Amino acid sequence: MRSDPGVPVFSASKLTKVYHIGEVDVFALRGVSLDLYAGEFVVLLGPSGSGKSTLLNILGGLDVPTEGTVQYAGTDLTKASEEQLTRFRRDNVGFVFQFYNLIPSLTAQENVQLVTDIVPKAMPAEEALRLVGMADRLHHFPSQLSGGEQQRVAIARAICKNPAVLLCDEPTGALDVRTGITVLEAIQQINRQLGTLTVVITHNAVIAKMADRIISLKDGRVIQEEANSHRVTPSELDW
Amino acid sequence: MQALNKKALRDLWNMRTQVLAVIAVMSCGIGVFCMSASTHFSLESTRDSYYREFRFADVFARLKRAPESLADRLRELPGVQSMSTRVIASARLQVSDMLEPAQALFISLPPEQEIALNGVCLRRGRWPSYDQEDEIVVSETFANAHHLTIGDDLLAILHGRQRTMRIVGFALAPEFIYEIQPGGIFPDNRAFGVIWMNRKFLSAAVDMVGAFNDVAFQKSLSIQNERLITEIDEILKAYGGQGAITRKDQFSHRFISNELDEIRRMGLMIPAIFLSAAAFLMNMILSRLIAAQRVQIAALMAFGYSRWSLAKHYFLFAMIIAVASTSIGLPLGAAMGTGITAMYSRFFHFPSYGFSMPSYVVVLATAIACLAGLAGVWTSVRAATRLRPAEAMRPESPVVYRSFGIEGVIRWISRSVTLLMIFRHLVRRPWRALQSVFGISLAVAVLIVGAFMQDAIYSLFDVMFRQAQRFDLQLVFIEPQSKDILTSLRAIDSITACEGFRAVPIRISQGTSHRLISLMGVDGEPQLSRLIDHKERTHDAPIEGLLLSNKLAKLLRVRPGEPIFIEVLEGQRPAFEMSVASTIDDFAGMVAYCDQSVLARLLDQSQQVSGAYLRVDPDRLEEIFSRLKTYPQVAEVLVARSMRESFQKTLLENIRILRSINLLFSCIIAIGVVYSTARISMNERSRELATLRVLGFSQKEVVSILFGEVTMLTFVALPLGWLFGTGLAFIIVSSIDQELFRIPLVIRLHTYIFAASVVLLTTYLSLIMIRREVAKLSLVEVLKSAE
Repeated sequence: MRSDPGVPVFSASKLTKVYHIGEVDVFALRGVSLDLYAGEFVVLLGPSGSGKSTLLNILGGLDVPTEGTVQYAGTDLTKASEEQLTRFRRDNVGFVFQFYNLIPSLTAQENVQLVTDIVPKAMPAEEALRLVGMADRLHHFPSQLSGGEQQRVAIARAICKNPAVLLCDEPTGALDVRTGITVLEAIQQINRQLGTLTVVITHNAVIAKMADRIISLKDGRVIQEEANSHRVTPSELDW
Repeated sequence: MQALNKKALRDLWNMRTQVLAVIAVMSCGIGVFCMSASTHFSLESTRDSYYREFRFADVFARLKRAPESLADRLRELPGVQSMSTRVIASARLQVSDMLEPAQALFISLPPEQEIALNGVCLRRGRWPSYDQEDEIVVSETFANAHHLTIGDDLLAILHGRQRTMRIVGFALAPEFIYEIQPGGIFPDNRAFGVIWMNRKFLSAAVDMVGAFNDVAFQKSLSIQNERLITEIDEILKAYGGQGAITRKDQFSHRFISNELDEIRRMGLMIPAIFLSAAAFLMNMILSRLIAAQRVQIAALMAFGYSRWSLAKHYFLFAMIIAVASTSIGLPLGAAMGTGITAMYSRFFHFPSYGFSMPSYVVVLATAIACLAGLAGVWTSVRAATRLRPAEAMRPESPVVYRSFGIEGVIRWISRSVTLLMIFRHLVRRPWRALQSVFGISLAVAVLIVGAFMQDAIYSLFDVMFRQAQRFDLQLVFIEPQSKDILTSLRAIDSITACEGFRAVPIRISQGTSHRLISLMGVDGEPQLSRLIDHKERTHDAPIEGLLLSNKLAKLLRVRPGEPIFIEVLEGQRPAFEMSVASTIDDFAGMVAYCDQSVLARLLDQSQQVSGAYLRVDPDRLEEIFSRLKTYPQVAEVLVARSMRESFQKTLLENIRILRSINLLFSCIIAIGVVYSTARISMNERSRELATLRVLGFSQKEVVSILFGEVTMLTFVALPLGWLFGTGLAFIIVSSIDQELFRIPLVIRLHTYIFAASVVLLTTYLSLIMIRREVAKLSLVEVLKSAE
């Protein structure tokens, strides 16, 4: 569902990331180039160590590449200062993590409110939670919610600001199949309903079937990029 | 080195900033302990050997005059090992660098080859020759204060006669370690000095040939003080005896003992504060470490490490910190002790006095540090070794938070949920929050303890010197004079006001308790020396009966309306009963007051005066002093201004030094506690804080959460610290020898504000340190792992 396929939201060029671990240089990315467009649902597929998380972190402004550039809506993120990156994350990016990363001392509603407090045009926390089917669990603390429920709260927290991009790092990695599907449904619904560019990292090839585009990585390189003309709904998935 | 020990060292290194904070706090505690214990030891042992070497007496008695033949009777009293008689006289001195006269106490030196009690330590020069009439030895303290040199001449008015004396030596004596004017509270070495002179010439000068007016005894252990004193008083009664006293009541000795007690108290109280703060910091850090190392502990147990070897491993942390703190605390204590010793040497004059740290202090300090360390890690080590390996392998059960009723208030204060995060985090571990509150409140308390003394002394100074003592000069006569002398003084036109007073030495008793004090005859409503209490209320002498220092009434257990027995220790020595009319909360010494005419009637005398208070024209002081020289009756001229100055110079300066030391110490506690609290909170919540950063919170916003948490703790700690500080100040004030001084418990508002501001400032500084740590949080790493 590309609204404007001509202008990419993200444009990454020749990204290289080297970690110096002790006296060894570990190449996490070796010259990755890609463009991501508004409204797309993209799955980054690859085994662990393939560099997909590193790529996602760089796109989300959590990390900077050793070499190469990332343009976001015409701005070069690799030249941004710490403050500019914070601003970028605050205004444009929604994150969903494998381990939810909810604040245990805040209820579902308050976890979402964390973001609505700092972003001016955010939707009300209740609305975001309703979008992910959590309207009846507003006042529950994370410890009172199941894994799937916690992840849905995390999605609500990510999308309440109407981000330009939703970045999900193994969002179903810690969940069983049935729960995983409810979470994927929530993500897909957001992508469809709000037209948010959605990037999902997974090592689970089955999930790729719901994507518009599948980018496969291995050893820090893009080894395959394919458009998926037969998108399926999460409920049709099984793994 | 065993692998486990290497792990301990590396773990310590990884938390070095927090470990340093604990070491800093503990070192202060150990430092103050070493300083106090060693200073106490140095001062006490120096004093005791000085006493031994120069035969400091056990019992002292002053009298008007007794023939030397009486000495044998005194010597034969049961329990007397040795005895010496002396002649003592007050005099006025004219010193070239001072407009007003200085006061001197002339003391006779024993004849050649006689070894007497209360020996004198010749510091420079020589003893006076036996054939030179006007040779004197001057106290080294007085000589130094006036830059006198051997061979200088001093002009003295002794027994009403002016004479020139030549200085041949400088000396010190164990009865004047604290060299203070009779009746004074603090030393003024320019205004007062002791002078020794050969007995033959001094007796002749003061009309005491073949007689004595001062006697000292060394007694055997077998006899009780009370019994000996009763016997001495009985014999001296007929010779104007003013009541014998034991060492305990000897002025210089009493001051030193008071100081020794204070050092001991400080050596217990301050280290206790620091070591408990250090112990709880250690507890905080180690329980956090053990929680983080749950899985490691389980693995070690699975490998076959015993609980005891694991316990030893974590105790090693405490021991390393304790030993490090001791090795900083010992030199710190030695440095502070040297400083304090230098301060004391301005008050206490010994032939040689240096600071030394006895080995038992080193051993004790190490033991105390280790104990504090063990106390700090005890609970966490116990918790660690109680874990079962399989249980420890599993992650800790998830943290459960709840809502609280009072959260409505927080929502009302701020709509932001970060405040809720802070609040819930604190109440989830109330015990730890309380520990932090307690630690910060200790810092506030230490600041108040350091600063309140200045308030108390200023208040004392104000009431004593500005409101009560409104005279410029105080004259003390050799003998009581008829009131005519006041008329003559008033006639001097540079004297603007003049009031007489009568002071009579008495023994005041009730049942078995008694005290030797002065009974002051006061004229109606005195204006120049007013009777003012702690609450700045003016009291008048009662028309009938006695006004007693409150402390005296308490010691004698009498209340207003009750009778009390009085024995006059001069003249006809009448004894009578009087009723207590009221009491007064005064500041120093213990005094009884009554109306001057009542006193004259009781003494069966016409109204006489022992001295006078003068208000004078400040521009004509020189003229007044030269006029006063024509009054042979005047034994002493005390200048109020110089009393005030010496008070300010010595006491207040020392208080300022102590205040700055306490300031430094409390900052160390505050930084230690606040930094550790914030740091641990940061470690525990690194995942939470990193998540916030990812969600778009800036570094500053994340730090402000930690800041809010610590500030909340600090605000709870402030009133508690004020309370602790006030309590400690009360303990300090009430532990000062109340018969000498009664320091009012005055803590001004700005002291509380000062303490709060310093702690808030250090809180802020600690958070600046934390800010750097927050900047280092790895956003990527922290999100990877499961909680």
